[in-house]
Amino acid sequence: MNLPLTAELRAERARWLSRRWFFRECGIGLGWMALAHLLGRAADRAAAAPGRPANPLAPRAPHFAPKAKRVIYLFQAGAPSQIDLFDHKPMLAKYDGRPVPKEVVQDQIYAFIKPDAALFASTFKFARHGRSGAEISEAFPHLATVADELCIIRSMNTHAFNHAPAQILMNTGSTLFGRPSMGAWVTYGLGSESQDLPGFVVLSSAGGTSGGASNWGCGFLPTVYQGVPFRRSGDPILSLSNPPGVTREQQRRTLDLLKELNERRLEVTGDPEIATRINAYEMAFRMQVSGPELMDLSQESPQTLALYGVEPGKPGYALNCLLARRLVERGVRFVQLFHEAWDHHSEVHKGIKDQAAATDRATAALIQDLKQRGLLEDTLVIWGGEFGRTPMVQHDPNGGYNQGRDHHPQAFTMWLAGGGVKPGITWGETDELGFHVVRDKVHVHDLHATILHLLGFDHTRLTYRFQGRDFRLTDVHGEVVKGILA
Amino acid sequence: MKDCRLWRVVAVLALAGELAGADFTRDIAPVLTTRCSECHGPDQQKAGLRLDSRAAALQGGKSGKPALVPGRPEQSELFRRVTTTDRDEAMPPKGDRLRPEQIAALKAWIEAGADWPENDPRRHWAFIPPQRPEPPAVKNRRWVRNPIDAFVLARLEREGLHPSPPADRVTLIRRLSLDLIGLPPTPAEVDAFLADPAPDAYERLVERLLASPHYGEKWGRHWLDAARYADTNGYEKDQPRTIWPYRDWVIHAFNRDLPFDQFTIDQLAGDLLPDATDDQVIATGFLRNSMYNEEGGVDPEQFRVDAIVDRVDTIGKAFLGLTLACAQCHSHKYDPISQREYYRFFAFLNNDDEPDFEVLTPEQRAKRRALLEEAAALEREALRADPALPARLAAWEDAARTAPGHWTVLKPDDWHGQPGVKLELMSDHSLIALAHNPGEATYVVTFRPGLSNLTALRLEAIPHPNQRAGGPGRSENGNFVLSELTVTLATHRDDESLERRVPLRRATASFEQPGFPVAAAIDGTVTNRTGWAIDAGPHRRGQPQQAVFELAEPLTVPTNLVLRLKLEHKYGGAHVLGRFRIAVTTDSPPAPADPVPPAVRALLAKPREARSEAEQLAIFRHYRTTDTNLAALNARIDALFKDWPTGPRTLVLTNRVEDRRITRIFARGDFKRPTEPVTPGFPEVLLPARALAARSTGVDREVPGGGLEAGEPGREAGSGPATRLDLARWIVSPENPLTARVIMNRVWQVYFGEGLVRTPEDFGTRADPPTHPELLDWLATEFVQRGWSLKAMHRLIVTSATYRQSSRLTPELRERDPYNRLLARAARFRVEAETVRDIALAASGLLSLKIGGPSIFPPIPDGVLSLGYGAPMEWKVSPGEDKYRRGLYVFWKRTVPYPSLLVFDAPNADFGCVRRVRSNTPLQALTTLNDAVFHEAAQALALRVVREGGPTERARAVYAFRRCTCRRPSAPELEALLRFVAEQRAYFEDRTAAAVRVAAADPANPPADVNLHAVAAWTLAARVLLNLDETLTRE
Repeated sequence: MNLPLTAELRAERARWLSRRWFFRECGIGLGWMALAHLLGRAADRAAAAPGRPANPLAPRAPHFAPKAKRVIYLFQAGAPSQIDLFDHKPMLAKYDGRPVPKEVVQDQIYAFIKPDAALFASTFKFARHGRSGAEISEAFPHLATVADELCIIRSMNTHAFNHAPAQILMNTGSTLFGRPSMGAWVTYGLGSESQDLPGFVVLSSAGGTSGGASNWGCGFLPTVYQGVPFRRSGDPILSLSNPPGVTREQQRRTLDLLKELNERRLEVTGDPEIATRINAYEMAFRMQVSGPELMDLSQESPQTLALYGVEPGKPGYALNCLLARRLVERGVRFVQLFHEAWDHHSEVHKGIKDQAAATDRATAALIQDLKQRGLLEDTLVIWGGEFGRTPMVQHDPNGGYNQGRDHHPQAFTMWLAGGGVKPGITWGETDELGFHVVRDKVHVHDLHATILHLLGFDHTRLTYRFQGRDFRLTDVHGEVVKGILA
Repeated sequence: MKDCRLWRVVAVLALAGELAGADFTRDIAPVLTTRCSECHGPDQQKAGLRLDSRAAALQGGKSGKPALVPGRPEQSELFRRVTTTDRDEAMPPKGDRLRPEQIAALKAWIEAGADWPENDPRRHWAFIPPQRPEPPAVKNRRWVRNPIDAFVLARLEREGLHPSPPADRVTLIRRLSLDLIGLPPTPAEVDAFLADPAPDAYERLVERLLASPHYGEKWGRHWLDAARYADTNGYEKDQPRTIWPYRDWVIHAFNRDLPFDQFTIDQLAGDLLPDATDDQVIATGFLRNSMYNEEGGVDPEQFRVDAIVDRVDTIGKAFLGLTLACAQCHSHKYDPISQREYYRFFAFLNNDDEPDFEVLTPEQRAKRRALLEEAAALEREALRADPALPARLAAWEDAARTAPGHWTVLKPDDWHGQPGVKLELMSDHSLIALAHNPGEATYVVTFRPGLSNLTALRLEAIPHPNQRAGGPGRSENGNFVLSELTVTLATHRDDESLERRVPLRRATASFEQPGFPVAAAIDGTVTNRTGWAIDAGPHRRGQPQQAVFELAEPLTVPTNLVLRLKLEHKYGGAHVLGRFRIAVTTDSPPAPADPVPPAVRALLAKPREARSEAEQLAIFRHYRTTDTNLAALNARIDALFKDWPTGPRTLVLTNRVEDRRITRIFARGDFKRPTEPVTPGFPEVLLPARALAARSTGVDREVPGGGLEAGEPGREAGSGPATRLDLARWIVSPENPLTARVIMNRVWQVYFGEGLVRTPEDFGTRADPPTHPELLDWLATEFVQRGWSLKAMHRLIVTSATYRQSSRLTPELRERDPYNRLLARAARFRVEAETVRDIALAASGLLSLKIGGPSIFPPIPDGVLSLGYGAPMEWKVSPGEDKYRRGLYVFWKRTVPYPSLLVFDAPNADFGCVRRVRSNTPLQALTTLNDAVFHEAAQALALRVVREGGPTERARAVYAFRRCTCRRPSAPELEALLRFVAEQRAYFEDRTAAAVRVAAADPANPPADVNLHAVAAWTLAARVLLNLDETLTRE
């Protein structure tokens, strides 16, 4: 029965109805319209389905039960020398200083050296470690202690040999710019468990990357899936702190007034986008708490800090490894560290020693720490660069190059750990000079297919339609490397 | 196991029973294209089977069994293979089996007769030129203001919907301003419009805005998205580039309403037009917006090819709404474009050079002319004043008529550039260095001359358009410093210990920059900063130069040895040779370097009486520099040229003259696997045969043998392979079915939030059809009829009743048409990234309205730039008003995009973008709340409010609210705002230090004339207003 309501009451009732509707239907990140594009035809149904939040970052189930629920990708940009770290080649010592045979090089061209450069044996000693007997050089003593957790792939292969295109290929599946990064694909596919931190976080140490922002870009995916680069000092997230002098209480009052005024406008216009914006501002306010809380290491034990080698207040790779753990603990889906420091065209021995000093302890600590906390089993850890380095020397004192190694795309080493990967195995093999893969070649596309598989995706079905075509991370390639699945 | 499968089949059958019938386009075609066509489609026909037409499916493959028997799924091989449990027979062989609902749909579809609509992609709507439709009849004729409304209303009436009422006038003026010039109206402009009783007030407002110089900024920015405009080269080095003159050209082109067909032609082929103006050359920057990889060790050819791929993709997106890129590796799966056609398109763009072009203002141009005239006057005067001079000149001319010496150019046998510089051999045997441009470099070049008794070597430094400033060096002004030339006899192997030094006696050069004599290049020192350089001042750059190096004694190269030249450049700053060539002589004694420039030598070859006065003067111009008697004259003229004006050099494209390229199809898109040659040509589907026959440009003409050698510049259209100009003209030819539709769709998208085709980048067969096909075709044909005038189309759209509707989303519309496909209301959306910035700066009064010029550097948060490779780029915050200029002028660094624009979905410019996403995220909220630029805007707005907003807080609140939203606040809004301000004033009352920190942009020098407690409180209130959804939204 309809009572004759006064105008005021009628307005009140409309307000109540619309609030109930909007805050159920409107999440954050994208408004209605953009979401319709994102979810395609399904969006109409989703939007109409009661109770389903229209949030592009809401957690979603993949195609099948995943082994890994989140990823920490330790990107060693610049390309570390597999010859000096993982791919032990005694034969190089025998031929050290002699030119590499032409039939080995074939028509490969190199970035800096001539293809007939002299072979160059590693100056590091190798030993077998753990029950698995994994071969790791003396450069990584800490990593050697977790050898049994690693799945070392010595048969990686790529088709780009310049840094920027190779990094873009490793991160997006194409040497051409414009494709979404792996982190963007994964966040698109799985959403994020975190309500007050971005779903895809990028941490960096050492230099800036050759591939730049496209390494964590969203390509043609909606921008909400773009990686959010954290700053090394100050607020991790840009504009996280209030402007000078503005207190948290004032910020709260600011948001209260904003909300009140925005809700009034929502009532007038009926535009669900306003509800989305109100939610976004509220989440921003929460981020202002969760951001500093994330960075506050006071709750970490001295043992943990020592394990990683973190010195409070000092940015760098070690801190980033610890932050990576703290981020995944808080539900962040994809954390990618970039450590751009491995481009050792000259003095590869010193270069590796320096970078090992900067990273080895923390990398191993991350594995140990994740394991201790029971997170390793469903967290996939990835370590590697964009290509490898030559078994030949780059040596040209006139040009300032002394005992270095050039870029090598044919064969290099990466390792995976945790999240459904067979621990304690070494996969694939290169020839006696470490030049070509001779067994179980894993191309970048195959690695991508495998990572998506571990996350519960058929890589051929995690697609996004753009320009009339269903794009995917693996383009038209990629075979899951079944042999390394646990 | 078997039982399980059986159950599955049963379930499928049960499901099939429920289906009323499957729709081919919706249910079947996607399965065939995604799961079958890779092996049974246009590219591959495994087992002889094709599943891309009904006829082929009825026929079947090699097995002879039909894939399709209409009405009989069980007899259809297609159905049997997708349902069989026999692993060897099951299809598709890879990936998952088809899903039960897909199988059910197939079954239902076959049972219903396997209706396969004629899907010849040639008949796809977008490939058929638009036919002009008549505006339909409607019931509510009074609502219709122009034909657009008739199309919209007819559809609404069919759906039983009504248009929304018109928006109120405040909303209209703000909407129009944001849409046409990208800026909110000032309160005074709002008042004037509200107070204008004239019936044509709205139309006059439209005219004022269309005539505003800011119109070009707003609409130019949309075009710059498609053009992937950026201020750096991209990739690892991501060096700054100068191409803002192109950006300014775009702005001015929109402002003068350059017809879109000419706009297109200028950008794709302005340089090829007869009597091309500077502007038309600058316009080709459109194509140059591609990225450029200067990383060490790159193969320049690889990234040159990638840039062409990008240009094809950009043209496809920007003009054609076509995904040409899909055909790079294989024939397009969905649209009728073959791989061959892709490379024919590619061939249009494959024969260009990539120079930088000096942009001069008219004043600078006049100044240059004046200087040249002044110098010529002095020269004439000198010739008159000294009676002996003409005779001296004539004697010199006679002596200089022939070039000295006999030289044989050598073809290098091997070459290597360090560090990571890849030299390329040109057909004249010169080597050219492209891409990676390190500060210092060493080249090692090896020859097997097969000559004996060599007495000297000649090094030619040759200009090339692909070098900075045209070369011949690679420094910013085309200079180089050859620190040292070392000549050795060497074994074929690269072993320096076996090399024997060939001593050099003497060096001469055509020109020596003061302080950099050629002798320094053979002085045995490479560590110092000496060497041979050639800069002759700004008015004489880009000239070829040469040096001759005499051997200490005649040299014969034994057959088992090679002659090796090492050219070291240690000066830094990329003072490195860009292109060079080596020749030898056996003359004894060898002639010195020829000091006469080639241009002068060409004039000397003419008989004196056949030369014009200007030519004779040009000879004298060189001569006088050699005559010591003329030192005073030379000094006077040199002093004149100190004022030679120079301009920025912007990236452009020009037709390649030397070493024309033959385009070949790249197998799988791999530039290292070139196959058959192709000539330039258009995709057949877009050029109906009748149109082709009617045209006489020679387009699509095959050259016998497939070569592409006819590259002479100035060739008449129709006399050889098609050019970029043919491409441009084809794109805007009336027969082209796509261009006008694509552009009108994108214009529509700006006004209504979405295009009539929702995928502006793709009009192909996989795209959703237009929501209003007749309207799109009407707009496209109207656009062409109105001479491709964009302003005419803007006028038409914004004066329509459709555009003027309210954007309110009523519960009824939310139910019926939540995404506004039917246009029963106006669109309401958050403004673009640049406009978010512009609104904040405009509301606060900080905004500078200066148009054009180099990009600007507003404050950027600390630490952002270190995300880029190498040392963070220098980001010196622009001084004065430049700091507060519009968002479109912010320097765009591709690898580190400006964060507050990127966060609001500005495209990163790595590739063309014709549709921005509109996200709505917490990071955006943090930006407008806390970013320094936005907070400064809040402070500035607060200051204005306190100074100018009126005597009462109430008046100030209304003033502030209007500056942000244009409208007056409602009573509850006003009360809420006033409560907030009062509360904050109370807070700051006894906290002066806090007030200063919040209120003052520079707390050390707070403004003295105002109550800072009030400004602080209003700063917080201004923050609220600047963050209102309404402020950020175009309603």
